[in-house]
Amino acid sequence: MFLEFFYGLRDEGVPVGVQEWMMLMQALDKGIHGASLMGFYNVSRSCLVKSETYYDSFDRVFARVFHGVEGELSVTDELMEWLNDPKNFEGLTDEQRAALEELDADELMRRFLETLDEQDERHDGGGRWIGTGGRSPFGHGGEHPTGIRVGGKSQRRSAMKVAEDRRFQEYRTDATLDLRSTKMALRKLRNLTRQGPATELDLDETIDETCRNAGEIELVFRPERRNNLRLLLLMDVGGTMDPYYEPVSRLLTALHEERGLRDFKACYFHNCIYELVGTTADLYRKNAIQTGDLLRQLDERWKVIIVGDAAMHPAELMQPRGNINPRYESDTRGIDWLWRIRKHFDRSVWLNPDPPNTWMRTRTTEAIASIFPMFPLSVDGIAEAVGSLIGSRQHGTPVH
Amino acid sequence: MSDNSEFFQFKGTDGYIVSRALLEAVNCAIALERPLLIKGEPGTGKTLLAKHVSDGIGLPMESWHIKSTSKAADGLYVYDTVQRLNDARFDSGDVSDIGRYIRHGPLGRVFAAPDRHVLLIDEIDKADLEFPNDILLELDEMRFYVTETGEEIVARHRPVVIITSNNEKELPDAFLRRCVFHFIDFPDVELMKEIVEVHHPNLDTKLLDQVLIKFYWLRGQSELRKKPSTSELIDWISVLLRSGVSQDQLESHIPFLGSLLKNEQDTEAVGNFSESGGQIPDKWSDLGPRYNQ
Repeated sequence: MFLEFFYGLRDEGVPVGVQEWMMLMQALDKGIHGASLMGFYNVSRSCLVKSETYYDSFDRVFARVFHGVEGELSVTDELMEWLNDPKNFEGLTDEQRAALEELDADELMRRFLETLDEQDERHDGGGRWIGTGGRSPFGHGGEHPTGIRVGGKSQRRSAMKVAEDRRFQEYRTDATLDLRSTKMALRKLRNLTRQGPATELDLDETIDETCRNAGEIELVFRPERRNNLRLLLLMDVGGTMDPYYEPVSRLLTALHEERGLRDFKACYFHNCIYELVGTTADLYRKNAIQTGDLLRQLDERWKVIIVGDAAMHPAELMQPRGNINPRYESDTRGIDWLWRIRKHFDRSVWLNPDPPNTWMRTRTTEAIASIFPMFPLSVDGIAEAVGSLIGSRQHGTPVH
Repeated sequence: MSDNSEFFQFKGTDGYIVSRALLEAVNCAIALERPLLIKGEPGTGKTLLAKHVSDGIGLPMESWHIKSTSKAADGLYVYDTVQRLNDARFDSGDVSDIGRYIRHGPLGRVFAAPDRHVLLIDEIDKADLEFPNDILLELDEMRFYVTETGEEIVARHRPVVIITSNNEKELPDAFLRRCVFHFIDFPDVELMKEIVEVHHPNLDTKLLDQVLIKFYWLRGQSELRKKPSTSELIDWISVLLRSGVSQDQLESHIPFLGSLLKNEQDTEAVGNFSESGGQIPDKWSDLGPRYNQ
């Protein structure tokens, strides 16, 4: 059961490593969890999970794994079983295994059961971890003789109830596009460099140098720090993409104004990119510019973010004259335009609002994901995409 | 190393209500001698926690408030070269003794202190992205060298380290792995009642109900840019009490909105809501299933 818990967390994408697991074992060894499932829930969460964005996943796994073990004794049985048949961990080094074995299973178990017995009868007067026992008579709202104050009726709810409540759902970052967290993710779009003429007086260095010079004043100058990042946004508008237009463009414009990207440009298209892209989201022809001109104006250092669902009729991507709007017809296929963009710029990513598990079901999405590294349009996805744009190596879906 | 660590247990204090999960996280961090990382909405009492842990277990506290310009080295010590230069020019001190110009930072002071301390590292996310990694080694080993004098400072007692973050920057994995983590969830109604009780004892229960209904209703409005937090609620109740607003007056509208909402657009939005005939709820049942279990 405990292994199931560990791997269940990993399967849910909670980054739990051996180090976290060892921390939990140490905590259990010290008996901090008291004797209740609730205590175990709290302690294991603070040791294993390092961000509130994973609290919801943790709750789900906890509820699933420990379902039906509300009675505290069955947990101890399970724990006993697990401890007596230990260390079938994959990927443990010998050292770690030895360390795990050092936590004497019998001793741990004995203490666990002991506290359980004690807590059933009375609240013990302070020699143990106060405020951890599940059934210990915590004064709710009042003053306990030992001075403990633990608030809230809800605090006495069972761990299972708490876990099943999934109160932390709204903190997940892999499913939603919360404005603030997205902004945080986008903040990493920075490439601060000191370039150009040395115009700024470096006071610290000046003082240090002067001191090293035994008091002879020595002035040190350096170039100013600037964000050297240029960003091109290409956005699919119309149809299913409409709900995303507003938040995405607002975000990126805000980013540009606030954080001072060196340069920012937004262009729009419908479904796929052909020889013309719109400079306004209404896609009026008078506001359109040649895609070829765009590539000539912007050099390869521009970072490109394309936002679109990449799902369209295969002919729109693969056939000449594929544009869904019959008034625009050109012999160059959409996929060729995409390849040109991909090859022209050093770094480009595709953000897709559709859930990732549907991508490979659509032929065009699959084709486009093989051209551009594709990420979901969620806080996590954007953070990954940003990493891919400015990291030392581009990762994501492989580029052929 | 420290004394019997079981001796130090945090049990909460009179002026500060903790949830059980937080209590256990604190005790976990104390017992494992690892830093405790606290995140949560502004106004949920992250910074206050350190003060109350220090009161609760009777250890002195040292705080280190991080700014965007903070460097890891500042926490250990600063070599005051300017003072030394000044002394050298005006012959006002023994310049040859570099030790005189080494000023310990908060981390250095806690390490060098004869007794165990609680160390608060406040708003660690304000600093540079690399900052947490830079203090990793010092927090792990609890020792550092003063390179100018060759002196080694070793902590006599591992301090209880409490770190708060407002989530403005992500913290590096290597750093997170060493911390015990707790996210302070926004208090639910029951807990909130107790928190209010601490600050405004003996409040009329009907009035309190009305106050909390309005408060949680406001927090539930997704248009608001900044949701009111606990500290604003406490202030608001102070204002209500001083002005003598009755429970009936509270039922249909929200007086002194300014102490709850700190943003013009938010105040306007709520104003528009009332003007366009929107009903501000006066019963828990109007607030949806979450509050009616």
